[in-house]
Amino acid sequence: MPRKAAEASDQGFIQILTPDGQRHSHEFYDAYLQDVDDQMLRDFYRDMALTRRFDAEATALQRQGQLCLWVPLRGQEAAQIASGRATRPGDYIFPTYREHGVALTRDVSFSEMLRLFRGISGGGWDPRENNFHMYTMVLAAQLPHAAGYGMAVNLEQHGWDEARRAAEGEAVVAYFGDGSSTEGETHESMVFAASFNAPVVFFCQNNQWAISVPFEVQSKVPLVTRAAGYGMPGIQVDGNDVLAVLAATRWALEHARSGKGPVLIEAITYRLGAHTTADDPTKYRKSAEEEAWDPKDPLTRLETHLRDAGLVDDAFFEQLAADGDAMAARVREDAMAFPVPPLAEVFDQVYAEAHPLIKEELAWHLEYEAGFADQAGNEGK
Amino acid sequence: MTLAKAITAGLDKILESEAHSVIIGEDIGKLGGVYRITEGLQEKHGAHRVIDSPLGEAGIVGSCVGMALRGHRPMAEIQFDGFVFPAFSQITTQLAKMRTRSEGRIDMPVVIRIPYGGGIGSIEHHSESPEALFVHTAGLRVITPSNANDAYWMIQQAAACQDPVIYLEPKRRYWLKGEVDTETPALDAFKAQVVRPGEDATIVAYGPLVPVALAAADAALEDGRSIEVIDLRSLSPIDFDTITESVQKTGRLILTHEAPTFGGLGGEIAARVTERAFLSLEAPVIRVGGFHMPYPISKVESQYLPDIDKLLEALDRSFAY
Repeated sequence: MPRKAAEASDQGFIQILTPDGQRHSHEFYDAYLQDVDDQMLRDFYRDMALTRRFDAEATALQRQGQLCLWVPLRGQEAAQIASGRATRPGDYIFPTYREHGVALTRDVSFSEMLRLFRGISGGGWDPRENNFHMYTMVLAAQLPHAAGYGMAVNLEQHGWDEARRAAEGEAVVAYFGDGSSTEGETHESMVFAASFNAPVVFFCQNNQWAISVPFEVQSKVPLVTRAAGYGMPGIQVDGNDVLAVLAATRWALEHARSGKGPVLIEAITYRLGAHTTADDPTKYRKSAEEEAWDPKDPLTRLETHLRDAGLVDDAFFEQLAADGDAMAARVREDAMAFPVPPLAEVFDQVYAEAHPLIKEELAWHLEYEAGFADQAGNEGK
Repeated sequence: MTLAKAITAGLDKILESEAHSVIIGEDIGKLGGVYRITEGLQEKHGAHRVIDSPLGEAGIVGSCVGMALRGHRPMAEIQFDGFVFPAFSQITTQLAKMRTRSEGRIDMPVVIRIPYGGGIGSIEHHSESPEALFVHTAGLRVITPSNANDAYWMIQQAAACQDPVIYLEPKRRYWLKGEVDTETPALDAFKAQVVRPGEDATIVAYGPLVPVALAAADAALEDGRSIEVIDLRSLSPIDFDTITESVQKTGRLILTHEAPTFGGLGGEIAARVTERAFLSLEAPVIRVGGFHMPYPISKVESQYLPDIDKLLEALDRSFAY
C-alpha cells in the first residue's frame, strides 16, 4: 500500500469540528479542506437544514396517510451532505433507502423521491440524470452493483495513467449501514472491488441501530478494522462532523478514482429517530441513550460553529426556516399532485423487447377494465 | 461440432463483434471453466474481458448488474445449477426487477449461463433443474438449447437481447455432436420448434430431454403411433401458438422435464393448453417429470429421470382414453 494510503487510514477517529463547535486543525486531512470558506460552511448548514425539513415533511405526510412508508434520516445529515458534496457529477452513487441528504447534493428532486414512497413508482427518479441510483430495499444488494460498476469504469479507463484517472476518472460511492455490514453481499462486493481495484468508496453510516438490534450484535470490532482484511484503506470518521466527512471522502475518492482500489469509510453517527415510520424505538432503546446523542446533533454543532465564528446572524436562520417551509409546502403539493400511472403502463416496463405473454395479459386487462367503463356508461343513462 | 464447442464458438463471436461484452465467472480464464466452455477465450480476448472472478455467485451476478448499469453487456457463468442459489436474490430481486422499478428506463442486457440437469452420475447439487424458479420470475427470459446449432445461435440471440436471459445448458448433452450452420441464423430463440412432425400425439420436451423424446417417438412408431415432438427452446416466454397448433392436430399432449412435476413448467403448459384447445383434447394432458424430492443420489438417478419407457407409458395412458 502506498505511504499515503497507510497515512490516511492511520489517523484514528477523524474529528475536525468538535461537538462544541470548535474547529481543530488536522495534520493530514486539512489539505482536503483548503477551499472550505465561510460561504461553503453556510451552504453546508443550509443543505443539512433543508434535508431535515424535508425529512420532517415526509414523516408528516406518512402520518397523514399520504405515503406508504417513510425512512427518516434525522441525525445523519452531516454524513450524507458532506460525503455527497465530495463527489463529482460523473461519479455514480449507490444509496440505501435513507440517503435523502445525498440525493439533495446530487440535485435529485425531493418531490420525485416521494413517488417511490407514495406507491406510484418502483424507483421514483431517473438514476441516469444525476448518477444517483434508485434506492435499494434489499439490504446490501446494491454493493455488488457498485463493485461491478467500478469494474466497468476500470475497463473503460484501461491504460489510463494515474494522473489522467485522478483528473478525469470516475468513481463510485456505495452507501450501507451497520446493519447491512453483516450481509454476505457486503463481503463479496468488498472482495470483488479489492481484487479488481475497482474505484469504489464503501461509505458506512454506522448509526448504531439496525432497526432494533444494536451495533454490538453486528460486530465485535469497529467496522473500520475490517478494511484491512480486504486489503483496502479504512477510515473512521465522526459522521456528525461535516468537515471530517468531507475531507475523508475527498481523500477516499481521490484514492479510488486514480486507480488504487476501494476504500472503506466508517462514519460514526446516530439515528436520532425511528428506523422507519413503522418502527417504535421506545421498545428497544433507552431515552438516556438518545439524550446522550442529542448534543452531538450535526446541525447543532455546525450552528454553534457558525455563530461562534460570527458567520451567521439570526436573520440567516429565519430566512432558512422560511425557505425550508416553502420547500416543504412545494414538495407536499407536488406529492399530492403526482398522477397515479395506470397498471397498463407497467406491462411495457417488464421487458425491453416484445413478449407474447405480456401482450396477451395486457390485452385481457384492457378488455376487462373497458368492461367497467361500459358499465359506468350504461349506469349513467 | 459438440454442443459445448458450439457455445464456445458463439461466445467467441459475441466477444469479437460486441465491444461491450464481458464474460465473468469462476475458473473461466486459464482453465476455460469446469466444462471448458470458455476455453481459449481469455487468451484470445484478454483477462479484462474474460474475467476469473473470486468465488461468490451473488458477487458475480451483482457485479454483472453493475456493469450493465454502466452500459456493458456482461455474461455470467454459474458453475453448476445447484450453485446458483447464492445469487438467487440478485437475480430475482435486482436483475429481474430493475427495468420495471426504473419505469422502463434501464435495460439489463445480462446473460446468465447455467449448466443444468442430471444424468451425469455426479454428487449432490450438480444435477438440478431449477428452471421453474426463474420462469416464475417476471422480467427474466429463460431459454435452453437441445442441439449444437441452437446452442451456437441461441447464445448469440441471448447476448443481443436487451432483457436478462437465463441460458440453461443441458450439461449431459455437452458432448452431443451436430451440424452447425454458421451462416444461417437459427429460429428466434424465443420460439418453439417442431423437431419431428407427427399425427397422433404431441410430446413437448426441452434441453436434455429432447433426444429422449425423439427416441420415444421412434419407439412409438413401432406400435403404429405417429408422435409429434416439440423442442420448447424458450421456457419464458413460452411459444404457446406452436404447442396449441400441434395439440389441435394430434389431440394428445405429453409434457416432460427433469425438474419435479409438482409446481413445474408442465403444469403451466397443461393449464394453458386446456384453456386454448380444450375441445381438441382427446385425453388429459400428462406430465412426465421428476418426483417431489431433492435430486436423488446418482446411483438411482435413472429411476428418477424421465426416459423412453416412462414416455411410452405416458403415451399408453393417453391413448387409453
